Amino acid sequence: MNAAARFHPNLPARHRRARWGLVLFQSATLFGIVVLMALLYNIVNGAFGLAAVRYRIYPGDLGLDLTTITALPPEQLRGLLAAYLSPGQLRTLEREKPLDQRSADELARLVVERVLRPKVLDTWPLVPSLLHTREIVAEVQQKYPDAEVRWMAWFNQRFLSRPQSSDPIRAGVRTAILGSLWLVGIAALTALPLGVAAAIYLEEYARRDRWFNRLIQTNINNLAGVPSIIYGILGLAIFVRALEPVTSGALFGAVPEGVTANGRTVLSGGLTLGLLVLPIVIINAQEAIRAVPASLREAAYALGATKWQVIWHHVLPNALAGIMTGTILALSRALGETAPLVVVGASTFITFDPTSPFSKFTALPIQIYQWTARPQPVFRNLAAAASIALLVMLFVLNGTAVYIRYRARRSQRW
Amino acid sequence: MDEPVSSVAQRLRRRPRRVEAVIQAVLFASGLLSILVTIGIVYELAKGAWGFFTHPLWEDTNKALAADVAPEDTLLPVTEAGRDIPPGAVVQIEDEIMQVVAVPDPTHLQVQRGLRGTRATAHRAGLDLFLESRVSLVEFFTHTRWVPQTGDFGILPLVNATLMVSLIAMLVALPLGLAMAIYLSEYASPRMAQVLKPVLEILAGVPTVVYGYFALTFVTPLLRRLLGADVVEIYNMASAGIVVGILVTPLVASMSEDALRAVPNSLREAAYALGATKLETALQVVVPAAFSGLAAAFIVAVSRAIGETMIVALAAGAGPNFTFNPFKAAETMTGHIVRISGGDLSYDSIDYNSIFAIGLVLFVMTLGLNLLSQRIVARFREEYR
Repeated sequence: MNAAARFHPNLPARHRRARWGLVLFQSATLFGIVVLMALLYNIVNGAFGLAAVRYRIYPGDLGLDLTTITALPPEQLRGLLAAYLSPGQLRTLEREKPLDQRSADELARLVVERVLRPKVLDTWPLVPSLLHTREIVAEVQQKYPDAEVRWMAWFNQRFLSRPQSSDPIRAGVRTAILGSLWLVGIAALTALPLGVAAAIYLEEYARRDRWFNRLIQTNINNLAGVPSIIYGILGLAIFVRALEPVTSGALFGAVPEGVTANGRTVLSGGLTLGLLVLPIVIINAQEAIRAVPASLREAAYALGATKWQVIWHHVLPNALAGIMTGTILALSRALGETAPLVVVGASTFITFDPTSPFSKFTALPIQIYQWTARPQPVFRNLAAAASIALLVMLFVLNGTAVYIRYRARRSQRW
Repeated sequence: MDEPVSSVAQRLRRRPRRVEAVIQAVLFASGLLSILVTIGIVYELAKGAWGFFTHPLWEDTNKALAADVAPEDTLLPVTEAGRDIPPGAVVQIEDEIMQVVAVPDPTHLQVQRGLRGTRATAHRAGLDLFLESRVSLVEFFTHTRWVPQTGDFGILPLVNATLMVSLIAMLVALPLGLAMAIYLSEYASPRMAQVLKPVLEILAGVPTVVYGYFALTFVTPLLRRLLGADVVEIYNMASAGIVVGILVTPLVASMSEDALRAVPNSLREAAYALGATKLETALQVVVPAAFSGLAAAFIVAVSRAIGETMIVALAAGAGPNFTFNPFKAAETMTGHIVRISGGDLSYDSIDYNSIFAIGLVLFVMTLGLNLLSQRIVARFREEYR
């Protein structure tokens, strides 16, 4: 019997319980890490792997190798097109852009798309592809005797640089990435100035004992908790419908006849996201402004500066890093938002890049949503690849915020 | 250089600063914008909901014209079968809308022809009469079917699915988030916390659509393998709920941690001095002392779970279904709004207006929870000032 047990008979049991408590809390925390790992594993697992591909004409039959096809001389590629396409098809192609003027890349793509015509029949995730390669090959040979098993990296450079396509092999996310950048840019341009202005008012000007100032503050806190889809409904009603002449660009004559997006433009989407992140920007900016010590303000006042001079020359420069960090974090929320964009009317299928605020648009999260919701499993692979692209963008954005915070801490003057 | 004192005083006198006044006005306007946003949300939701509740629905009465009708006829011969049409009711035959003035006998209707901009035209015998009705508030809040095609608009299946998903989410997030918060605030060394906090931040920063992909392609297959594919449907509330729970866990954890850290150390020291173990101190002293803060965290998390959209849109199923079985597919309020607005709907259809009515219910629910949580936090702050 140890000393503790002699001191009190309950003690060993209580200590045992305390140890179990710690184990419980630790495992809960560990579980969080496991979930994060599972999430990342699941995405990587989907973005790479084997695929059963059927070609109308196999590259091997033509003595071609897909990896070196772009290195072939253009004459040979033109010859292949001439040999395998009907005269009508060739004429159509010539009309779009004469074959002589097309680059080797374009010709190679035409050969693959029009002559070889690959079609994905089935796909396997990364881990089974690695562990059961032989079984998969056997299964493909049995189920699709005319198909070829190929390694596919769904997330690759061409995936990032190609526009959307209904053919999973050719589909890419360039349009979606550009759409996301436009959206976040517009959201930043609206939310940053408005948010900082509101934060300055609330922190530097507003008297707390006035009821409307308290109302504004409570209201901002509540807006931060409104579900994002409600902002989508607001954006639909105000930007898409009520302000259609503005957001469609018709008012400015910026849109050529016949291609108007009816207010379902990247501008409407960006403004909606701007409103969505506005309360977060305000709250973060308020915190940054509040962190500036009062002694700085008092020193400036003592030298005879006016209120605005104090704010502009002393408070804002010192709060800038905090404001930027908070804003970037808010924008990373905007980058990942999907629901409001669906409601505002993001296009699900467009192949051309957004070129102005009045373009139709799609965004990375929208693409992920669309591809995940498709019944064909091959689109899940594309969703995984697009998720990687989105997570990388978020990582860069958050990394910037962390870096700014770090720089600011080092050069902090108080 | 000597300047009279009076002139110096003159120069130093407080002057009206117009530019500063303008700047202050602009800043105030920016603050006011947030109020306008709220007003805009309430106004648009209410307007759309009004459109929904006043939208005419045409219900088939199974009563038909008993004989051909000419454009100028006002006494319509109708079959005896079908639902009764009371005087004053508005009926539709083909494209023409007419009002019933009187019902002289069960097989005749006295009507006023060509109402609401429609033209009185000839109709042939055998055409069905459609009776105008509207969605009533009672039907909206008490009926358990949501089938727009048949004019059934009871929000309960959607609310039920939302609450089921939120309940499952909280069953995951509450114990997990609370345990993490206790670990971080009571046990973890500062260095450990420095490692763990970014993990939580990353979990909180993953876009919800990626969580939706995770739910559909990882959690659902896992559930189906564990519990059997015949029990768990491909789209089900359990999978969506679990992942929503994972999504709100970081929120619960960080808000709870703040609440636990706000408990003064003197309380912990007093407990240790009485011989309490660390677990006893945490569970019997610190957690009760932080209770209102924890409650606030919990309520905010429920509100987040109710408003969460993409996870349920992808994993919970696309069709209203009144069921308490978590392994069945059922559409939530948010999932329904996304599905309806993602389709091509004309702006004056009742389906389109229904998203505003659902949105209003959603807004009121989340706003109520958020206000409640803020009130609790405000009271909590006073406790340990």
